[in-house]
Amino acid sequence: MFWQKDAETMNRAKIKEVQLERLKWTVSRCYNNVPYYKEMMDKAGVTPEKIKTLDDVRRLPLTTKDVLRQNYPFKLFASPKEDVVEIHASSGTTGKPVVGGYTKNDLDLWGHCMARLVVAAGARQDDIAQISFGYGLFTGAFGLHYGLQKVGCMIVPISSGNSEKQIMLMEDFGVTVLIATPSYAVYLSELAKDLGVAGNLKLRLGLFGSEVCTPEMRKQIENNIGIIVTDNYGLTELGGCGVSGECEERDGLHINEDHFLAEIIDPDTGEVLPEGESGELVITPLSKEAFPIFRYRTKDISRLSTEPCRCGRTLIRMDKVVGRTDDMLIIKGVNVFPSQIESVIFTMPHIGPHYQLVLRKERFMDCLEVQVELIDGTLLEKYGELEALENRIKDKLRIVLGIDCGVTLVAPRTITRFEGKAKRIVDLRKA
Amino acid sequence: MSVKQISVFVENKQGALLDITTRLSQHQINIRAVSLADTTRFGIFRLIVDKPDECEKALREEGFTVSITNVLVVKLQDRPGGLSEAVKILSEHGINIDYLYAFITHAINDTCVIVRVGDIEFAEKVLMDNGFTLFSDEDILKI
Ligand SMILES: [Zn+2]
Repeated sequence: MFWQKDAETMNRAKIKEVQLERLKWTVSRCYNNVPYYKEMMDKAGVTPEKIKTLDDVRRLPLTTKDVLRQNYPFKLFASPKEDVVEIHASSGTTGKPVVGGYTKNDLDLWGHCMARLVVAAGARQDDIAQISFGYGLFTGAFGLHYGLQKVGCMIVPISSGNSEKQIMLMEDFGVTVLIATPSYAVYLSELAKDLGVAGNLKLRLGLFGSEVCTPEMRKQIENNIGIIVTDNYGLTELGGCGVSGECEERDGLHINEDHFLAEIIDPDTGEVLPEGESGELVITPLSKEAFPIFRYRTKDISRLSTEPCRCGRTLIRMDKVVGRTDDMLIIKGVNVFPSQIESVIFTMPHIGPHYQLVLRKERFMDCLEVQVELIDGTLLEKYGELEALENRIKDKLRIVLGIDCGVTLVAPRTITRFEGKAKRIVDLRKA
Repeated sequence: MSVKQISVFVENKQGALLDITTRLSQHQINIRAVSLADTTRFGIFRLIVDKPDECEKALREEGFTVSITNVLVVKLQDRPGGLSEAVKILSEHGINIDYLYAFITHAINDTCVIVRVGDIEFAEKVLMDNGFTLFSDEDILKI
């Protein structure tokens, strides 16, 4: 099933034609309405007229998150303020947030992009959809809300928190679709199991987003409450969720290509990489009125594929994002992301959610040690049980990361709590 | 007739034990017996104290990983082979000992052994039937 079948099944040549036309429109809008972009393009020696083919997008400079912070709050808007009808912002933990604005047309388009994704994932008009994302500046809850509303689902806008009530409403209303962050969904699924009501729930589909959903988390949720879990992708900087999402084949996320142009670059050199290579995802939204932006560096690592999909969509697919460029570690030649380690720790009983990674070189070999806090006293009776716990964590990490690492249990509250992920890593290899 | 024992997770680093004992003295808790099992990386510190519930609460509030379990405190016969007699009786009845450690009380001048077993009620009955004296929480308080 499709939401906008024509747009979702265009042939590749037609897609490129639409993209080029809209790219020209977006670049002109940036150049003519936003002083910052005019200055940057003049510096790079590009004017809108120079964009003649899709590859000419490479003439444009890349845009980073810092640019958005420097132009806080509204300096990158390309529409007069009176035309902006809604604002969303990132949950940035440090400094000023990233602010995005929407005109009426932007909101309508956002709703259609989301409607495509939820239909592709399997949501239908007769579904009852519980939105357990926090409503507010965050784009997730509203984006899904607008999309599901277009489809005509019965929306339960409960927002996040009050978990027992979440479960109660799910049971009483017969909720069929759950919208949540993967970690909250894991928590809710455990709670439903503990309350003994997992069997009464009618849930069949989970639309998750806003954080990395690892295959392990997906499996755990699917096992606990027997639902199909799908992922969707977006960023506040790109107008929120609605950039891409999984279809029922769940083999990559279809990008709404008529509204978003995707490139993969080498994060170190900025060079565009050929299709099929893994690198940093760069996105140019093609239809934004209030908040256009070009070549935004997402810092997310992914890969693109135009291979035809069994669902019938011709839209390009991106790999599920497993990590970010600034978090990526290379250990024994293998790419490792803290999010993968997090997903393991997160699903293990007896230990807390905080961790520290210590990297060392021992006899010219990289060694990764994962420190986790033992928070549950029930294993203290038998010494061997603590060692068995360490081994269980080690085994799971080996499966997920593909490398061996050490695990150390430490006392609770001894791992320093940081806001960002980067500081959870102590790299002693260069020392 | 069992006694409450506190187990605390400790990291194998300098000051970890001192940290615990300092907290206990701040809370006016007296230690009767201790045992520490450790490897190069971490250990489990086991304590018999005069006020186990208070001790557990205090350590938990200080952020330690703690558990409280029942153990048997057996007074040994005052003759050679006293310990092996107790162990033998337990083993004859198919009771596995998870761990044990000893302490001597200066007040009553007795040697006691602290035993942790799976089936504590059965072990208690077996030992009493064979003439062993077991301590209770109240006895510990009196030491
Ligand atoms: Zn597909």
